[in-house]
Amino acid sequence: MPLTLIVEQLLNGLQLGLMLFLLAAGLTLVFGIMDMINLAHGSLYMIGAYLAASAIAASGSFLVGVAVAIAGTAAIAVLLEMAILRRLYRRSHLAQVLATFALILIANEAVRMVWGSQPILLNMPPSLSGPIDIGGFTYPAYRLVVIAAGLAIAVLLYLLVARTKIGMWVRAGAADREMANVMGVNTTWLFTCVFAAGAALCAVAGALLGPLLAVQVGMGENILILAFVVIVIGGIGSIRGALIGALLVGFVDTAGRAFLPQLFRSVFPEAVAAETGPAVAAVLIYVLMAAVLYWRPSGLFPTRA
Amino acid sequence: MKALFVAAAILAAVAGQALAADKIKVGFMSTLSGPGGALGIDMRDGFLLAVKSNGDKLGGLSAEVSVVDDQQNPDVGRQAVERFVKRDRVDVITGMVFSNVLLPVMPAILESDTFYLSTNTGPESLAGEKCHPRFFGVAWQNEDIPGAMGEVLNQRGLKNVYLIAPNYPGGRETLNGFKRFYKGKIAEETYTKLGQLDYAAEIAAMRAAKPDAVFFFLPGGMGINFIKQYVAAGVNKEIPLFTPGFSADEDTIRAVGEPMVGLFNSSHWAHDLDNAANRKFVTAFQKEYGRLPTMYAQQAWDVALVLDAAIRAVNGKIDDKQAFQKAIETARIDSPRGNFRFNTNHMPIQDYYLREVVKDAGGKITNRTVGRVFSNHQDAFVGKCKMG
Repeated sequence: MPLTLIVEQLLNGLQLGLMLFLLAAGLTLVFGIMDMINLAHGSLYMIGAYLAASAIAASGSFLVGVAVAIAGTAAIAVLLEMAILRRLYRRSHLAQVLATFALILIANEAVRMVWGSQPILLNMPPSLSGPIDIGGFTYPAYRLVVIAAGLAIAVLLYLLVARTKIGMWVRAGAADREMANVMGVNTTWLFTCVFAAGAALCAVAGALLGPLLAVQVGMGENILILAFVVIVIGGIGSIRGALIGALLVGFVDTAGRAFLPQLFRSVFPEAVAAETGPAVAAVLIYVLMAAVLYWRPSGLFPTRA
Repeated sequence: MKALFVAAAILAAVAGQALAADKIKVGFMSTLSGPGGALGIDMRDGFLLAVKSNGDKLGGLSAEVSVVDDQQNPDVGRQAVERFVKRDRVDVITGMVFSNVLLPVMPAILESDTFYLSTNTGPESLAGEKCHPRFFGVAWQNEDIPGAMGEVLNQRGLKNVYLIAPNYPGGRETLNGFKRFYKGKIAEETYTKLGQLDYAAEIAAMRAAKPDAVFFFLPGGMGINFIKQYVAAGVNKEIPLFTPGFSADEDTIRAVGEPMVGLFNSSHWAHDLDNAANRKFVTAFQKEYGRLPTMYAQQAWDVALVLDAAIRAVNGKIDDKQAFQKAIETARIDSPRGNFRFNTNHMPIQDYYLREVVKDAGGKITNRTVGRVFSNHQDAFVGKCKMG
């Protein structure tokens, strides 16, 4: 296998990992700090993508579209948090799962009513739509932008959480919610902010991934499963865990799809390899998750002692 | 209960000849929500439009259509079928999109002696060994459309092809259909996870393998993801893409736009086929719904035409199931696809076309028919069918 292909596949793994990180970061904060399982996280991602598609079509500018998507999704999230989710924090996880599952169904039908049931158009800006040449191999320019944006957001989030006062409250809330409350952190306000920030990250993910993926009703559910795998591996509530978990999932999944079939073919007879190769590649990340859970039951970077 | 049943049977026997019914009840179960919902909605719209433009009648009987969503979930489908056959006692069921729903619910439908007319999938088993007197595939057999693409690649002298499909029975049947006609070398045959989002790893492997062409079967959102990413990687300039028509119909074109231009695909129908029935269908659909129809809409429209013709042929006596079955088998319809009749295994004998996604004079991106690939084509499994 040529070296350039290996480098390209590594970049692909990095890109997939960072794209999952954008979703997992918001999910892990909401789960970790509010102790709230929000299945509707994927719906916010879908709404972000649809808002971006509409705003880009209306304004003709990709950046305007991303900005509108972020602002719109965050606003919807604030309304959602104040009207519904706030009532669920003290309820059992089962009640939260049921209520947020209902939100998925409602969000899907609402999007269908507004935008129709067929997938809609969202393409990358023409200047980024082709591949570029880097050191002897070509790589899609747009995927490099996704990598850059993912890294920038990871750094920004790290600074925000590790270096600022709000970040301190967030960490305190994740570590021990009641103690933080007693020490004078306004958790009601903090929760709304964290939820809005998580939704904004969803919108960034939706707007950035829309040009690479189908923008359609139900697009959130597929990717939400991967985001849950990421936060379980990384440790619930930890941004660092979400980043490491996302990169692990990205690399393992890409490597499985890129190299496993060839490996199987050199070891097993053709018929067996054709059957088992794709099947094993598909479950690889779940094997990874099971292994992490076996040795580190609360994830790689647990936030609670 | 049993005594009542026997009494009813005797009464029916005494009554002798079947009487003309006053209405026909159709159970239309399709995938109307979730990622596959767009396909089912086009089918529903095509079917209901055909009934409506026929004065809400099928073959002279007033048509009572109850529409149900199977959510692409076999368990939901099973409950809906239960309701159709036990409570509503429908005469005909139709509308399913996906074989993962159709195959598990089909035994319950056929055991209740209810007719099923498939608006979409035509699985290998039901075309061959498990063919059934009450089952009709109105659209195509699963291997037909990809088979036509295999033939196109032969004609174009492309001798080294890279194949990719999702790892499920429909994916494998589709690639088998392609390989049945394609005579060249296969560079690689890749099966991916159903519902996969990112194809960067596969696309990088394709570029490195340097085949003459890539043939992909990735229905629904998977195909949209793949085409967007393939074009973004610039591989389309080196290696042309070929696909069965499912990933290149108007729904996908609307979602992908410009990157689709130049994509070759095969189908049993195209919206620009030059015949009067097709013009009527396309015009009526556009007028009613404000969008171009897809092949899914056409397939469901034709199911309504088949029912209309068959009910007319038996003068509305649909309770004589033997006669009704004969009438469906020999139904002659004015189909937008042109040539169409049922084979002995209740699958279509029809023509298949090559289409290309082009930008027309007005700048609109749409499919254009390039030519006919197969004429009066029958599927590969008809020999295995012993119709009871």
